[in-house]
Amino acid sequence: MQQQSPIQSDADVEMPVWSHEGSSRIPFWAYTDPEVYQRELQRIFYTKHWNYVGLEAEIPNPGDFKRSSVGERSIVVARDTDGSVTAVENICAHRGAQFCREKFGNTKEFLCPYHQWTYDLKGNLQGVPFRRGLKKDGEVRGGMPADFKPADHPLNKLKVAVRNGVIFASFDHDIESFESYLGPEILAYFDRVFNGRKLKVIGYSRQRVPSNWKLMQENIKDPYHVGLLHTWFVVFGLIRGDQKSRLVTDVHGRHGAMASTREKEQADSGVTKGVASFKEGMVLHDKRIVDVKPEAWWNGPTVVMLTLFPNLIVQQQSNSMSTRQIMPRGPGSFDFVWTHFGFEEDDPDMSLRRLRQANMFGPAGYVSADDGEVLEFCQESYEQEPTRSTLAEQGGRDWGEVNHLITENPIRAMFSYWRKVMEI
Amino acid sequence: MIDVSSGYMALQNLYSEYSACLDQGDFEKWPDFFLEECEYRIQPRENYDRKLPLSIIWLESKGMLKDRVYGIRETLYHDPYYQRHIVAAPRVLAADDNEIRSEANYLVLRTKQDEFSEVFNVGRYIDVVRKTDEGLKFKSRLCIFDSELVPNSIIYPL
Ligand SMILES: [Fe+2]
Repeated sequence: MQQQSPIQSDADVEMPVWSHEGSSRIPFWAYTDPEVYQRELQRIFYTKHWNYVGLEAEIPNPGDFKRSSVGERSIVVARDTDGSVTAVENICAHRGAQFCREKFGNTKEFLCPYHQWTYDLKGNLQGVPFRRGLKKDGEVRGGMPADFKPADHPLNKLKVAVRNGVIFASFDHDIESFESYLGPEILAYFDRVFNGRKLKVIGYSRQRVPSNWKLMQENIKDPYHVGLLHTWFVVFGLIRGDQKSRLVTDVHGRHGAMASTREKEQADSGVTKGVASFKEGMVLHDKRIVDVKPEAWWNGPTVVMLTLFPNLIVQQQSNSMSTRQIMPRGPGSFDFVWTHFGFEEDDPDMSLRRLRQANMFGPAGYVSADDGEVLEFCQESYEQEPTRSTLAEQGGRDWGEVNHLITENPIRAMFSYWRKVMEI
Repeated sequence: MIDVSSGYMALQNLYSEYSACLDQGDFEKWPDFFLEECEYRIQPRENYDRKLPLSIIWLESKGMLKDRVYGIRETLYHDPYYQRHIVAAPRVLAADDNEIRSEANYLVLRTKQDEFSEVFNVGRYIDVVRKTDEGLKFKSRLCIFDSELVPNSIIYPL
């Protein structure tokens, strides 16, 4: 088999030295160094880690497919005729053309336009034009060598895990199960949103953020900034630094959940005191964007943000939900794809709320556009001065479960894991 | 003399004034181009074409437009930039005494401080325009954009 992605040994590539203790001071080069980035692709995106690639609701019928990616590599996710979900790398086994060009579609087979090689939806090679040559005037012209076997030349197949409508894939066929990858604590939060109810995709937004991919994970792992950068959240009480909260990670520190519960009566606890971004007396002309209706399945928290390492954020903030897929594009840039969804069981009123509240999120959102902006500001500095370090020490230098939001604990958790897997 | 108070010229004039307002960064005046009951959307073309309702901005009243202006001025932290609208001559799809349905291609350039100008957003306005005592106003303006991969963020209206 010539197909599997060769994992180059990168142990002899010299890495910069992490000079501080622990994981609270992150060197700027962790976001800029090209060798570090290549090691991340190999060790984090292409082996040992499950990557989010889509939702079952996007490919409901046999033959439906969706183009997606794992790390920088283009893949195609499809619904096979037997109902199973398959994933293959978007590279023809013949001359290497990226054969799938559409974002979504329906097909009986994958066809490479260059020489018309065809594959079934599992990626097995089906047709090779003139495999036995062209017979003319009593002679055979061309033909593949006698030892050519189509079975030896499938598309590069990825391992697929589907849990309650959400699709993950990995180039690494020896990877642990998805459930053990998440661990029990994080899996419970995952199942809170995805419990088997049928999902309904309500649309996409896509942005290219000029920053390292990790900064997006860190942004969602950073509850410290939420009540400071995002005036809307605080002024309209959607999330405040003083409300009941729980931050947990898996045992490795790589995944995180931030659950927080809005309080009915928000007494003045000093959380807004001296905060320049807090706007006393800010009133909306039209409040429908922040008109939240509690849902029974929340089971307490009014917001749960999940960071699944390395490439997924699952958002439930009030009635708005999305998956956010991170696709790295070099050390200094990533594409961020938001798939907003609801449930098939939603009534029209709830569908409308989800759409309205989506104004807060995405590339123009009241509490998201500014995240993209500040990540750009950070990356600019990292590229100018790679030898400096950040100071992620709000709430201490260690990591572990905490019950409040004034902390950068989950960022330290992720870098503790990152240092291990990267051997840095 | 050029009379911009009626007919096609009035419509062209509405488009020109709208672009000039945004290009000047005069966002406080932007809601006044709309009726009280109105709709404004910035929506990726893939959602529009596939009838997926999500927009990146969806405002359903003049009040919401005013709230967006407040957001731009007071709450949405962002890198400042200039916009420059290049809008094609509107194409009139239907018109009667009250209402015009029209479309126009647009191109918005963005210029950040210390950077070169760049193509920022390209798309099509799909409009419903009403005649009022104060001249033409938008009943709805949909900005359906081809440039689906947004260069980081969109802060100002298009
Ligand atoms: Fe944020």
